[in-house]
Amino acid sequence: MNRSKINIAVGLFVALGMAALVFMALKVGNLVSFDSGVGYRLEARFDNIGGLRVRAPVKSAGVVVGRIEAVYLDKDTYEAVAQLRIRPEYRFSNDTIAVILTSGLLGEQYLSLDAGGDSRYLADGERIIKTQSAMVLEKLIGQFLYNKAAESSGDRK
Amino acid sequence: MLDFLEGLGGATLRVLARLGLASRFFVTVLARTPGALRRPGLLIPQVHFAGVRSLAIIVVSGLFVGMVLAVQGYEVLQRFGSADSLGSLVALSLVRELGPVVAALLFAGRAGSAVTAEIGLMRATEQLAAMDMMAVDPVARIVAPRFLAAVVSLPILAAIFSSAGVLGAYLVGVELIGIDSGAFWSQMQASVDFRMDVLNGLFKALVFGVAAGLICVFEGYHAAPTAEGVSGATTRTVVISSLSVLTLDFILTVLMFRGLN
Repeated sequence: MNRSKINIAVGLFVALGMAALVFMALKVGNLVSFDSGVGYRLEARFDNIGGLRVRAPVKSAGVVVGRIEAVYLDKDTYEAVAQLRIRPEYRFSNDTIAVILTSGLLGEQYLSLDAGGDSRYLADGERIIKTQSAMVLEKLIGQFLYNKAAESSGDRK
Repeated sequence: MLDFLEGLGGATLRVLARLGLASRFFVTVLARTPGALRRPGLLIPQVHFAGVRSLAIIVVSGLFVGMVLAVQGYEVLQRFGSADSLGSLVALSLVRELGPVVAALLFAGRAGSAVTAEIGLMRATEQLAAMDMMAVDPVARIVAPRFLAAVVSLPILAAIFSSAGVLGAYLVGVELIGIDSGAFWSQMQASVDFRMDVLNGLFKALVFGVAAGLICVFEGYHAAPTAEGVSGATTRTVVISSLSVLTLDFILTVLMFRGLN
């Protein structure tokens, strides 16, 4: 093979590598579909966030509208604080309710935003006031057992 | 007892001497590498040999690894009723681990061994000594371009391997088994992060390229100038490259992914 043919082959090889990188960026990864640097930031406080993790989706009516950017514990109030980054084209009213839900029975946890009716919209850096914590299965079972025990002791009287 | 101690000490000293020789050689090669970048006439044929001609084995292996992952992953995932997560399982394992590691192992076996044999034979037939006599630096002319070709080729090969694997998993998972194609891609995109997963995977491949490249040129350059010497050097290249790729992979994985959750 002469030199120019080798150059063409190497050029094709590098181009193929770039194509693979673009494929991984667009189709396998989520570089374009959601860039974490774009959008505005909201904050929501919960008593318990369960298994909600950084990069978990934020959904409204089942549609992904943003992602969880950070999760930390407030040192004074001992509340869990989740910072969300919402895509700029979506706006949520002041009385939006943030609920932590699980996709499927054992699936990943995500944050659901139920839009309210207020005419004022949440701006960058504001806090969602109305929140509902994650359902913790152990607590639920404990409560159920406690209620059962209370019921049966009530029957005996 | 004294014999045993003597043997142990001798073996330790030999290993240390070899390591020292290798380190000094690596520094020499690294110092000559920028020069090799300025001479594409030497570099491009090596990229052609190490990269382009490894394409067939990389693409075919990638496709099959992806297809096997899809079949095995589906078997396990469907027991938990989460066969839809197949996309994210396949993509994460390929992009983070299998792409860089398997590409590096195949590369060491296909291109690394050939480079060792080539340089070793040049040493055995005294071509390297002849170059020295003509005031041509054999490290700059022969060794550095081959090392650089490995560093350039391996990340590209790993990216192609991962992409071929994802396509193979798509073929088996969606076309053959019948998972919903929307769920396959969206689960994949929800779990794979470009910077954390894809770029970290390619960085791994770059490190493996440096390791495999240095080992194959070192073993060739310091091969004993006999038939047995060259064959032993070729074997050592494959064994040592594979082991160091796997060790480095463990270290890099702990550094990169342990702090994720």
